[in-house]
Amino acid sequence: MNPDTLQIRPDSWRRFRESPVLHSFLRHRTAQVSAAVLLVYLLASILASVVAPYDPWDLTQFDIMDSEIPPAGSAGADDRFVLGTDAMGRDMFSTILYGTGISIVIGIFATILQGAIGISVGLVAGYYGGRLDSFLMRVADIQLSFTTLMVAIIVLAVFQATVGLEFYEDFAVVAIILVIGIAEWPQYARTVRACVLGEKKKEYVDAARVIGLSPITIIYRHILPNTFSPLLVISTVQVANAIITEAALSFLGLGMPVTKPSLGSLIRNGFEFIFSGSWWITALPAMVLVVLILAINLLGDWLRDVLNPKKYD
Amino acid sequence: MALLSVKNLGVEFELRTGTVAALRDVSFDLESGERIGIVGESGAGKSVCAFAILNLISKPGFISSGRIWFKGNDLASLDGESMRRIRGNEISMIFQDPMMTLNPVLTIGTQMVETIRTHHPVSLDDARNIAVEKLKAVRIPSPETRLEQYPHELSGGMRQRVVIAIALLSDPGIIIADEPTTALDVTIQAEILELLLTLCNDYHVGLILITHDLAVVSEVTQRILVMYAGRIIEQGTTREIIARPSHPYTEGLIGALPEKTTPGQPLNQIPGVMPSLQDIPSGCAFHNRCEFAAQRCRSDLPRPTDLESRSVACHFPIRD
Repeated sequence: MNPDTLQIRPDSWRRFRESPVLHSFLRHRTAQVSAAVLLVYLLASILASVVAPYDPWDLTQFDIMDSEIPPAGSAGADDRFVLGTDAMGRDMFSTILYGTGISIVIGIFATILQGAIGISVGLVAGYYGGRLDSFLMRVADIQLSFTTLMVAIIVLAVFQATVGLEFYEDFAVVAIILVIGIAEWPQYARTVRACVLGEKKKEYVDAARVIGLSPITIIYRHILPNTFSPLLVISTVQVANAIITEAALSFLGLGMPVTKPSLGSLIRNGFEFIFSGSWWITALPAMVLVVLILAINLLGDWLRDVLNPKKYD
Repeated sequence: MALLSVKNLGVEFELRTGTVAALRDVSFDLESGERIGIVGESGAGKSVCAFAILNLISKPGFISSGRIWFKGNDLASLDGESMRRIRGNEISMIFQDPMMTLNPVLTIGTQMVETIRTHHPVSLDDARNIAVEKLKAVRIPSPETRLEQYPHELSGGMRQRVVIAIALLSDPGIIIADEPTTALDVTIQAEILELLLTLCNDYHVGLILITHDLAVVSEVTQRILVMYAGRIIEQGTTREIIARPSHPYTEGLIGALPEKTTPGQPLNQIPGVMPSLQDIPSGCAFHNRCEFAAQRCRSDLPRPTDLESRSVACHFPIRD
């Protein structure tokens, strides 16, 4: 309730060093490698404008005459383009760096949006119960019965058609985040609700009511922190899912526009050329995507194991 | 006038099978600084009574009748906002299991500071000082360190002390303790009871002690209410009731104490079990377990009647 009661205590560093999470991390090779890979991805996409030799969003920086140059090591490679170029003559390395950034941004923000909606709905439904709970959870069921992809395709197609392609290109990121965020919130709502149903029977909730705290304070300050472990685990899954969904949408031509490609739109762009021998335009971004998703999921698996209280019994 | 005055309180639960009365016609007074005990078997309505006083009966239960007068307000009909200002501030409550009542993911300090600042507009530093002062009052060593610790880092007795310190934070007029020592081992029990007794005297706090343990009640309280199947069947001063119970049920309870039995002999017990609240027998609810029951006990409900300094709900109270 009061932000200043959340201040970092002087010994929180000591607590972190002695925590089972760090202990497990230092002994878990897969987790370390996944974390390292993710760190590289994050740094690369944050520093894309510094690291990348070209700006793939700037039309003046590439030339159609450079199109479909294979990556270094193949016949006909060009020193200027380490990973080759795509059909428009863009440097693949730079395009992938920028694309990874877009994919990660969409993944993270869509998940935050899902969490914000889903956690609030789940907390309220679980805590108050009764008709409100039934209503909110039926809404969630209805939402879940439309697959994310279907909702996204319909909404984005209508959106693209109504606002026009030019306007769409400027707001594609926001639109995709909104669509994925809204389509997937029931995942969070269900998880949180299940946790709240378990937590609210515990005596500390009674004790909090006896102290005279308001329901909002009890829900957000007392119950929510007790549901963090499962939330953290599904968050990793949801980030990965959001990135894949975005890639799928882009592959279907409803995601990021060609001028500002994400990993998904890069894969799609290259797909047309795969039979003409220019495999790298599709294969390289696909590999980058697979490694990214794998790293996130492996880290999520590790986190699930560490945060599972049954493991310490 | 009494600090807390409960008048004809009734609590019912709306179940699928019909309405069940968990509390019927409960009336008692608590003077300022007085310590009373509520005793009875499981399911007699002791805890329901405590929650009703705080107006915290959760669905499907509700207060069906009666008044709870506290400082000029009827708590049974007070709105949520005003009720929240009373809970934890003027009336606080201590629960059975201190492991469960403290939030496992918040530090002791966070939980204490939050409680203070819910009721009083004090700065963070002042709130911490109050917390430290109350931790000292419950005799917790190095209170400053405790504030930074999580509940799982403390022992059971220590946690119950913290819970008591939290109950004391706003200097309440009444503390309701619902089986405060049941989850603790015997040596710690004695310490905690001793502590409660001292604190109630020092801070002039009224105590409502809920327990099934007559030994605990006789050590701490001045008056006893004996509950059976949702009703108060006997109330009076602790000394008198323990020494000369009037209601056959109370007598049975006291007779069942292990120390009343000669070593080697089987323990005395009251035959039968307390009726479920769904099918309470007509007349006196205790009649089918009572050795003195007569025809009148099966048909007429005994009303609480004053008998010298106590009140008994029995047609044939035991007199010496």
